[in-house]
Amino acid sequence: MSGGMLKQGIAPGRLDAGQYARNFSDLHPALDKHEAHVEADRCYFCFDAPCMNACPTSIDIPMFIREISTDNPLGAAETIFEQNILGGMCARVCPTEQLCEDACVRMEAEGKPVKIGLLQRYATDIAMAEDAQFFTRAPETGKTVAVVGAGPAGLAAAHRLAMHGHSVVVYDARPKAGGLNEYGIASYKTPNGFAQAEVDYITSIGGIEIILGQELGRDLTLDRLVETHDAVFLGVGLGGVNALRAEGEDDGADGLHDAVDFIAELRQSTDLSGLPVGRRVVVIGGGMTAIDAAVQSKLLGAEDVTICYRRGQEHMNASSFEQDLAASKGVSIRHWLQPKRVLSVNGKVAGIELEYTELRDGRLVGMGHLLTLPADQVFKAIGQTLEDETAAGLTLSGGRIETDAEGRTSRAGVWAGGDCVAAGDDLTVTAVAQGRDAAESINRYLSGN
Amino acid sequence: MADIRNNFVGIKSPNPFWLASAPPTDKAYNVERAFRAGWGGVVWKTLGEEGPPVVNVNGPRYGAIWGADRRLLGFNNIELITDRDLQKNLQEIKQVKKNWPDRAVVVSIMVPCEEDAWKAILPLVEETEADGIELNFGCPHGMSERGMGAAVGQVPEYVEMVVRWCKQYSRMPVITKLTPNVTDVRRPARAAKNGGTDAVSLINTINSITGVDLDNFAPMPTIDGKGTHGGYCGPAAKPIALHMVAEIARDSETYGLPISGIGGITTWRDAAEFMALGAGNVQVCTAAMVYGFKIVEEMISGLSNWMDEKGHRTLDDITGRAVRNVTDWQYLNLKYLTKARIDQEKCSSCGRCHIACEDTSHQAIMKEKDGKRHFEVMDDECVGCNLCVNVCPVEDCITMIALEPGMLDERTRKVVGPTYANWTTHPNNPMRKSVEPAE
Ligand SMILES: Cc1cc2nc3c(=O)[nH]c(=O)nc-3n(C[C@H](O)[C@H](O)[C@H](O)COP(=O)(O)OP(=O)(O)OC[C@H]3O[C@@H](n4cnc5c(N)ncnc54)[C@H](O)[C@@H]3O)c2cc1C
Ligand SMILES: Cc1cc2nc3c(=O)[nH]c(=O)nc-3n(C[C@H](O)[C@H](O)[C@H](O)COP(=O)(O)O)c2cc1C
Ligand code: SF4
Ligand code: SF4
Ligand code: SF4
Repeated sequence: MSGGMLKQGIAPGRLDAGQYARNFSDLHPALDKHEAHVEADRCYFCFDAPCMNACPTSIDIPMFIREISTDNPLGAAETIFEQNILGGMCARVCPTEQLCEDACVRMEAEGKPVKIGLLQRYATDIAMAEDAQFFTRAPETGKTVAVVGAGPAGLAAAHRLAMHGHSVVVYDARPKAGGLNEYGIASYKTPNGFAQAEVDYITSIGGIEIILGQELGRDLTLDRLVETHDAVFLGVGLGGVNALRAEGEDDGADGLHDAVDFIAELRQSTDLSGLPVGRRVVVIGGGMTAIDAAVQSKLLGAEDVTICYRRGQEHMNASSFEQDLAASKGVSIRHWLQPKRVLSVNGKVAGIELEYTELRDGRLVGMGHLLTLPADQVFKAIGQTLEDETAAGLTLSGGRIETDAEGRTSRAGVWAGGDCVAAGDDLTVTAVAQGRDAAESINRYLSGN
Repeated sequence: MADIRNNFVGIKSPNPFWLASAPPTDKAYNVERAFRAGWGGVVWKTLGEEGPPVVNVNGPRYGAIWGADRRLLGFNNIELITDRDLQKNLQEIKQVKKNWPDRAVVVSIMVPCEEDAWKAILPLVEETEADGIELNFGCPHGMSERGMGAAVGQVPEYVEMVVRWCKQYSRMPVITKLTPNVTDVRRPARAAKNGGTDAVSLINTINSITGVDLDNFAPMPTIDGKGTHGGYCGPAAKPIALHMVAEIARDSETYGLPISGIGGITTWRDAAEFMALGAGNVQVCTAAMVYGFKIVEEMISGLSNWMDEKGHRTLDDITGRAVRNVTDWQYLNLKYLTKARIDQEKCSSCGRCHIACEDTSHQAIMKEKDGKRHFEVMDDECVGCNLCVNVCPVEDCITMIALEPGMLDERTRKVVGPTYANWTTHPNNPMRKSVEPAE
């Protein structure tokens, strides 16, 4: 144990230098060639493969695995990228245990699915390392499309539109492209600058211009975009954060943060030893963001990290794989606790008061019993929301942009996809599928059929 | 406890597992190790005539094909007979036999197809007090270009002639090792028998090219940009070897001739299958080269456990037991009807049976039921071909069920009769023999 662990309050440098590197290295080491071939041989090449049907982007999984097994990794990569140009990122971040691998017939039969995610990574890594490009642009159509948001949805849309010969301008408010791939995903899932490498790989098809630091609602308006482009795609994600609705939340005490901000800062940090973290950390929430904030706090050297979720384990959005990961890193997860009051002393967070909850006739209610957990740092991870100004004038549904099956919004000439739409499910791969499909719809619209 | 002691043409060994004539038996060092590991006998790597020994290539001499996880399925070599000095080999054979009196030591020989050459070498071998000789008429590469090995084995007259010389000039038991590179293996076997051989052993290796190096466009293994056909063996060769053993075992002319079974034997089960088809013992090469000598422990224990379980007391109880069930196609019962049955509990719903039957067979497996993914055989289409059984990745998930007499075959809408009827009497057979007097 490093002495830095015992520093009181929120402090940087809790670990030895080498420990940071070890803690934040690749979560799943890549397969080498032999391992990939052995794993590929486990695939049955199923008819109408259930794994493929479970993939939101419908990658032809048996085909790409067969291509790997015949030592044709570039063919495999092409099969993947045809459906999902962010196949490299998805291979790293998809909760495969809920998607393709859960559907794999070998999961059902023996509890050991084919490691589809790792195989996908094997093939896409080889192609990207060689900068093998599989797609060329159709002749210029002379049409321009504005894409707002350079996250997975926007990038997938931009690539597909560029392929069809349209010129694409991508606007993003942040200083770097990639969306949550760059600012949100846990760092041990995508180390070594992969997100930016992927943005470069995608845009090298040509015909895509990315303009950063341009915020819709501040620097741009939807009206103006519609006027100056032939079509608009919104892939703005969810910029806002839900409030705890706990007493003391707005007192401005030091140590109460949005988990997504903490993660973004962590992802952008070049020296993790300079990043402060509490000795005792409490994370409020039950999704992927809560898990990531908790695990990464722990990896930064926090001594005691607790996730508090207001419902039971079975209600958590985080997959059981994610929950196990957190547990294996020493995070404790407590259920049936909702935040009541943020406690502070001298302007600094000192703890959080929680109330036990239960389900009564299907409704979550507080039981009146309270529990206080001491904490130097409290992270809010109870979900993100759409920022109002980004969807000005569009019909919403459940707080997100309403679209039809092709991604068309209520406004003609405007499409949307990814986390910001009602049909989104807060997964990178779904954002990619929606971006791609909206691009196809836009292409049909622009080519007049 | 089953008694697995073996007596093959009077040559005794504590078990029926011998190492075939090949690199594992090329010198005393290896053979001593093999005997310590438990092998019942060896056929010493083939000796050539007195004089400067043959030379081998100095580049790669082996090639292979692999299955999942690089499990070796087929093996190929372009090695020649022993490249060690004859006298050295003979001294070692003598010493090894002295050290291991209870094990079988048989010496493989290949000299030019001339009486004097055989007459010269036989006494030298006899002097080692080895238990017998094996005539290598099988080596398909290199030696055959010099008129030996397969070049002899492919000409029944030569086989008979050489065997006769050996019986004439030696008192040792003679095992004639046959090449599979012939159209009908019964002909050299009959010739060997006519020459007076005590037994035949088979198969030697099969002419083959294991692969082509697509960077140099050269066959593999590649020696300085060129390759040549080699001898193929290992698990992939087993079905070919089994068939050849069975053909000799059931041939009226060679019926009862002792057979030493060789070709792809890797486990006790492979060995038991060869013995059931008529082999009195077995020889192993590739499996030992791939896994080392220790595998014989599994072979010994597996064979005796299976024999105990089935109540077979000695090897004689199993040798040849399957021969009477090997028949010609024309005698197969065409009234025997089977249907595939999928065990829904075991089915992983991979759909491979469906696509195999749908694309390439009889469209007899449904892919959904009540709107759900579901694989089930439709008896009114199934011809009982067994394709689905073979492609299903789950063991025992699909089985073939025989229809009992009196049951309805839903495909033909005919009731299954109790009778036996084969092609020889089938109405569609223009050459049929009538069963009943013509009306
Ligand atoms: C902490 C965390 C961890 C996650 N982990 C996983 C995971 O492991 N696996 C997984 O599949 N999913 C994960 N997700 C979800 C996944 O990241 C998202 O579903 C996915 O990124 C959505 O893509 P998107 O393109 O819709 O939005 P985003 O990735 O959010 O991208 C939106 C982009 O739009 C830009 N933008 C926003 N507003 C404006 C504006 N007004 N003007 C201009 N630009 C704007 C933003 O800067 C951003 O670049 C995680 C999410 C979080 C928060
Ligand atoms: C490398 C190698 C060398 C061989 N050399 C000989 C030989 O000198 N004499 C011989 O009779 N058979 C030789 N054989 C054939 C084997 O004895 C045996 O008949 C054949 O490999 C089939 O058995 P297996 O499938 O168990 O390997 C050789 C086989 C191999 C692989
Ligand atoms: S379900 Fe599993 S075994 Fe079947 S094709 Fe997909 S990965 Fe392969
Ligand atoms: S036995 Fe043949 S015909 Fe019958 S279901 Fe199987 S593959 Fe189809
Ligand atoms: S091949 Fe076997 S496991 Fe696969 S669907 Fe058919 S019966 Fe089921």
